[in-house]
Amino acid sequence: MHARRLRASLKGWGGVGAMAVVCALAVAFALLLPHTRPTDDGSTGVGGQGVADGSHAKAEECKDPEDQSLSPSTAEGASIATIKKRGYVSVGVDQNSYRWGYRNPNSTAKDVELEGFDIDLARRIAEDLLGDADKIRFKAIPTNQRIPAVQSGQVDMVVRTMTINCDRLEQVAFSAPYFLTGQQVLAPTSSTIEGYDETLADQKICSAKGSTAYDKLDADRKAGRLPASTDISITVPNQLDCLVRLQLGQVDAVVTDGALAASQAAQDPTVELKGDRFTTEYYGVAMKKDADDLVRRVNRILEDYREDGGWKRSYGTWLSATLGSDSESATPPRPTYA
Amino acid sequence: MTQPPKSSTAPPGPDPASGSGLPTMPGIPPQPTSTGSPASPAPAGEPPRRTAFAEGVDRVRAAATTEPGRLRIIGAVLALLVVSFGAVTAWQATDRASAADDVLHKSQPLSSAAADIYRSLADANTAASSGFLAGGQETKTSRDRYERGIRTAAAKLVTAANNSDPGSPSAATIAELNRLLPQYKGLIERARANNRQGYPLGGAYLRYANDTMQNEMLPAAEDLYKSENERLRGDYADATPYPWAAIALGIVALAALAWAQHRNYRRTNRVLNHGLVAAGAATTVVLLWLVVGHSVARAGLGDSYDHGVRSLNVLHDARIASLKARGNENLTLVSRGAETVEVKPGEFQDKFDVAYKESMQDLADGLTAAQSLADDGAGEQPVRSAVGNMDEWQDRHQQARAADDAGDYQAALNKVIGAKSDKPTGECFDNVDKNLDTALRHEQREFQQAAGDGLDAMTGLSAGAAALAVLGAAGAVLGIGRRLSEYR
Repeated sequence: MHARRLRASLKGWGGVGAMAVVCALAVAFALLLPHTRPTDDGSTGVGGQGVADGSHAKAEECKDPEDQSLSPSTAEGASIATIKKRGYVSVGVDQNSYRWGYRNPNSTAKDVELEGFDIDLARRIAEDLLGDADKIRFKAIPTNQRIPAVQSGQVDMVVRTMTINCDRLEQVAFSAPYFLTGQQVLAPTSSTIEGYDETLADQKICSAKGSTAYDKLDADRKAGRLPASTDISITVPNQLDCLVRLQLGQVDAVVTDGALAASQAAQDPTVELKGDRFTTEYYGVAMKKDADDLVRRVNRILEDYREDGGWKRSYGTWLSATLGSDSESATPPRPTYA
Repeated sequence: MTQPPKSSTAPPGPDPASGSGLPTMPGIPPQPTSTGSPASPAPAGEPPRRTAFAEGVDRVRAAATTEPGRLRIIGAVLALLVVSFGAVTAWQATDRASAADDVLHKSQPLSSAAADIYRSLADANTAASSGFLAGGQETKTSRDRYERGIRTAAAKLVTAANNSDPGSPSAATIAELNRLLPQYKGLIERARANNRQGYPLGGAYLRYANDTMQNEMLPAAEDLYKSENERLRGDYADATPYPWAAIALGIVALAALAWAQHRNYRRTNRVLNHGLVAAGAATTVVLLWLVVGHSVARAGLGDSYDHGVRSLNVLHDARIASLKARGNENLTLVSRGAETVEVKPGEFQDKFDVAYKESMQDLADGLTAAQSLADDGAGEQPVRSAVGNMDEWQDRHQQARAADDAGDYQAALNKVIGAKSDKPTGECFDNVDKNLDTALRHEQREFQQAAGDGLDAMTGLSAGAAALAVLGAAGAVLGIGRRLSEYR
C-alpha cells in the first residue's frame, strides 16, 4: 500500500518537480549566459600623398648651360618698367633652407624676416633695381613650383638654390651663375663613409624624391660606379627630411647639393660633408624667358655684387662655417656670357 | 456561468480535504465513456494480485486511458508549458537586459573612450603645430593643450586596453597606438628642440611627426573607434529584438490553460478551477509584463540610438574633422611649401592646404548631418553656432591664404594664430570646438537618459517571470491535483 501510494504521488508530482528543476536550470542558464559580441575591424586609412619633386630635371646634351646668359646691361625694357611701376620686386624663395632662405623662429623682430645667402642676394637686387632693399616681396614656393611660378608671372624672379641646366633653359631664362656647387655626401662624423666611393657599400642613402641626386645615384649604381649593395631606396619629399631620417638612424648618409648639405650640417654638429663634390652645378636666378632687360640688369647687379665684396660678405655670414672659407664654393664663379 | 453541463459524469459533491495530498479512497467514480477505449481499470485494492512488474505496466497503460491518468498528463503538460514559458522569458529578458546594460554601461562608454582617444590625439597634434607656429618658445596655452591631449589619450588607452579581449583586433590596435604614442612624442620634442635653436629642421621633424600621426596613429584610433562602435551596435542588436519565443510560448501556455479550464468545466460543471485560474493569471501577468516592458525598453533604446548615439557619432566625426583642418591650416604655414601634392596632372598644390580643404569639407558635412539629427533646441543651438563659426573660419582662412600668397607671411601668421584684434582663424576654431563640445555633452545626456529609461523598463522582468511561472505552474498542478484527488 505504501509503495503504491508513493508511486502514485510520484506520478502526480514527479513531473512538476522535474519541471521545477528545469526551470531553475533555465533561469541559471539565462543569467549566466555569456555575452558575445561581434567585433569588426573596418579600417580606413587617412593617407597623405607622396610628393613629386621634379625640379632637378636631367641635363640634356647641351654644353655649359651656365654660360648661356645674356651680357650685363643697365638698359631698361618692359620687364623692369613693370617692376618699377609696381614699386616692389616679387621674388620666389625658399623658407626651409637654413643659411640660404629661411625664417628664424626666434627672431624678435615685429615682422618676421627671412634670412640667408639667397635672401641677401634678392635684397641686393631690389636695392639696385629700386633703390631700397625693402621694396621686395618674398614668396615661399615649393621646389617643383619654381618654373611655373616664373612662367605664370606670379614672381618676377626665383632666387632659390636653383641649378642652371639645359632642360630649364628651355622654360625660363637664367642669370649668370652666382654659386658653384655639386652633389656631395653628408654622413655622421663618426661614420666609416669617406665620400662618394666604395665606402658606401651596405649603407642606406637618402635623397629627395625626383632630385638630381637620386638620378645620379641610380645611374651610377646601375653603371657599377657605386657598390651594388648600396641601398638608395629611401627618398623623401624634401632634402631636409633626409637629415631627420639620418638623425633617427633610418639612413646612414645623405646625398644632395653640397650647398644644401652644408645647410644641413649647420643644423647638426655631429654630421659633416664627406669627400669632394662629385658633380658640378651652378645656381642662377631664374626669370621669365622673354625678360631680356631684367636678365641683363640682374647680371649687371651680380657683377657689382661680386666686385664690391657683397657676395664675399654674405658668404662669410652664412656659409663659410660649414662650406669652408677656402673651398671652391668660397669664390664667386666667373661668368661667361653667350 | 449557468451553462448546462455537456458531460454526463459528475464527481462527488463536497470537496474533501484536498490540501493534505492524501487520497481519500472513495469508491471508483464512474469512468467517462467518451474515449471508447476498452476499460482496463486497475483500481486500488483489487483482490487478485499479480507480479509487481505486470501491475506497473498495467498502471502505466491505464494512465493513458483513465481519467486520472489523463489528468496527470494534462497537469504535467500544463506545468511544463508554464515553466518553460517562464524560463524562456527569464532567459530572453536577461539576455536583453544585459545587452541593454552593456549599451549603457560598457559599450557606449568604451565607444566614447575610443572617440576621446581619437580626438585627443588629433587635438595634441593640432596644439603641437600651433605652438610651433608661435616661434621657438611655444605658448603656454598650446603647450598645456598638447600635454592634455597626450595625457588623455594615454589614460583612455589604458581604459580601452582593460576592456578589450586579448587577441582581438582592438587589442592589436591599442598595442600599436601604445607603441606609436611615445614615438610621436619623441618626434615632437625633437621638433621643439630644433625650433628653439632656430633650425628649419624643427619644421621637418614636425612634418614627420604629423605624418606619423595622420598616417598611422589617427587611422589606428579611427579603427578602434569604429570597432567599439560596432560592438555598441552589436549590443543594441542584442537588446532590441522582440522575445518571440517567449511570447509564443506564453500564448501557447495560456491557450492550454484555457483549454484545460474548459475541459474541466465540461466534465465537472464547475466553472472555475482555482489552481488553473491562478496559473492563467500568473501567465497573463508575465506575458503582459514581457510585452509592455520590452516595448518600453525597446522604445527607450531606440530613442537613445537615434537621438544619442547617431548624433554623438556625427558630432565626434565633425570635431575630429575640425581638429584636422586646424592642424593642416597650421602646417601650411609651418611647411611653407616643403611638400606638394599633384591635384591634377601637372598641377601641384601645397599638401597641407589640400588636406585642410578636405577636412573642412568633412566638417561642413558633419555639421549638416548633426543639424538634421538634432531633435531639440538645446541640441541644435550649439551646432548652428558651430556652422556660423565655421563659415567665419573659412572667410578668415581665405584672407590668411591671400596674405601668404601675396608674400606677407607675417599677416598670414597673425590671421591664423594672432591676437584677438587680428581676427585670427584660431578664434573660430576654438569656437567650433567649444560648440561641438557643448553639443556632445548634450547628446551624451540624452543618450544616458533614454538608454537608462529603457534599461529600467526591464528591471526585475526575468526574476519576476521566473517566480510567477513557478507560481503559475504550481497553480496548474494544484488545480489538476485537486481534480485528481476526487478519484482516490
